[in-house]
Amino acid sequence: MSYIFLYALVGMGLFTLGLYALIIHAHLLRKILAINIMGSGVFLVLVALAARTEGAAPDPVPHAMVITGIVVAVSATALALALMLRVRSETGRAELDEEPLSKFDD
Amino acid sequence: MNNTGENTIPLSLRLLLMVLLTVMAVGLAYAVLSLPAQAPGLSVYAVENINISGVSNPVTAVLLNYRAYDTFLELGVLLLALLGVWSLGCAGCQHQSSPGPVLDSLSRLLVPILIMVSGYLLWAGAHAPGGAFQAGSVLGAAGVLLLLAGWRIHAGLAGLPLRIALVLGVAVFALVGAVLILPGGQLLAFPPAYAGGLILLFETVATLSIAISLTALFLGADPDEEDAS
Repeated sequence: MSYIFLYALVGMGLFTLGLYALIIHAHLLRKILAINIMGSGVFLVLVALAARTEGAAPDPVPHAMVITGIVVAVSATALALALMLRVRSETGRAELDEEPLSKFDD
Repeated sequence: MNNTGENTIPLSLRLLLMVLLTVMAVGLAYAVLSLPAQAPGLSVYAVENINISGVSNPVTAVLLNYRAYDTFLELGVLLLALLGVWSLGCAGCQHQSSPGPVLDSLSRLLVPILIMVSGYLLWAGAHAPGGAFQAGSVLGAAGVLLLLAGWRIHAGLAGLPLRIALVLGVAVFALVGAVLILPGGQLLAFPPAYAGGLILLFETVATLSIAISLTALFLGADPDEEDAS
């Protein structure tokens, strides 16, 4: 029983780690990876919580949502990578120009 | 490549962020742990109606029958992502790879196996874990392997035939959904007698569209424009 919540907590931890990396890193590839890790955490939570059925097979609805979500995540990642390549070919660097933290430098 | 910007963030700010995220994580953990330990959710209804869904695997029944609408829109999302990638032009991604002998011979060996596995997953989806998404992903992986080995789509197929294959999934969903409305039914509400056949049709076209979309996403630029330029 408790292992279900262990999986859910691990998924939640992945989400938090991904969010930290998303905020900290400026490089767009790292941000894309961080969003993917956040998504994997959400999928893990969904699949884990779907198993809260008494002895029966897990709830198929969250499983179907995760299957759909994985394909959507892959296509969104591809679009994000294409955007990143375009940003790099336009500006020469794979980071966004906006530097909201630059005032902390001096 | 210059540094990733990681070092420009002062330690105090990173510590503050860690504290904030820890608070968020504790809140999320509390929310997860306070959920009831037993919650069958919708599985009762999913299993009750499995006999009229046309398949015996509940996940496939949810994806292709109860919530076929989701799968329909999901194919649309895949198409939109591909349109977005193509519209970006992808200036820097025309890499000409020269595959070594290992990749060359391995892809010859693996691609037929991947196609067979994909066909099996498609068929098995009716009664076991599997289905259009898994089969499409495996078939897409075969396409990516071919691209890595230097294969490119034939110029005659890069135009209209490729586009027809890409929209096939969405088009069949929309067409059959519209036809099912005509006799007074609802969008994508299958009559139980035809549900099995319709699901197999949907899964087949969805597998093809998903696989070709994923392969095209990996390639980046529109192969038709690539040839023209």
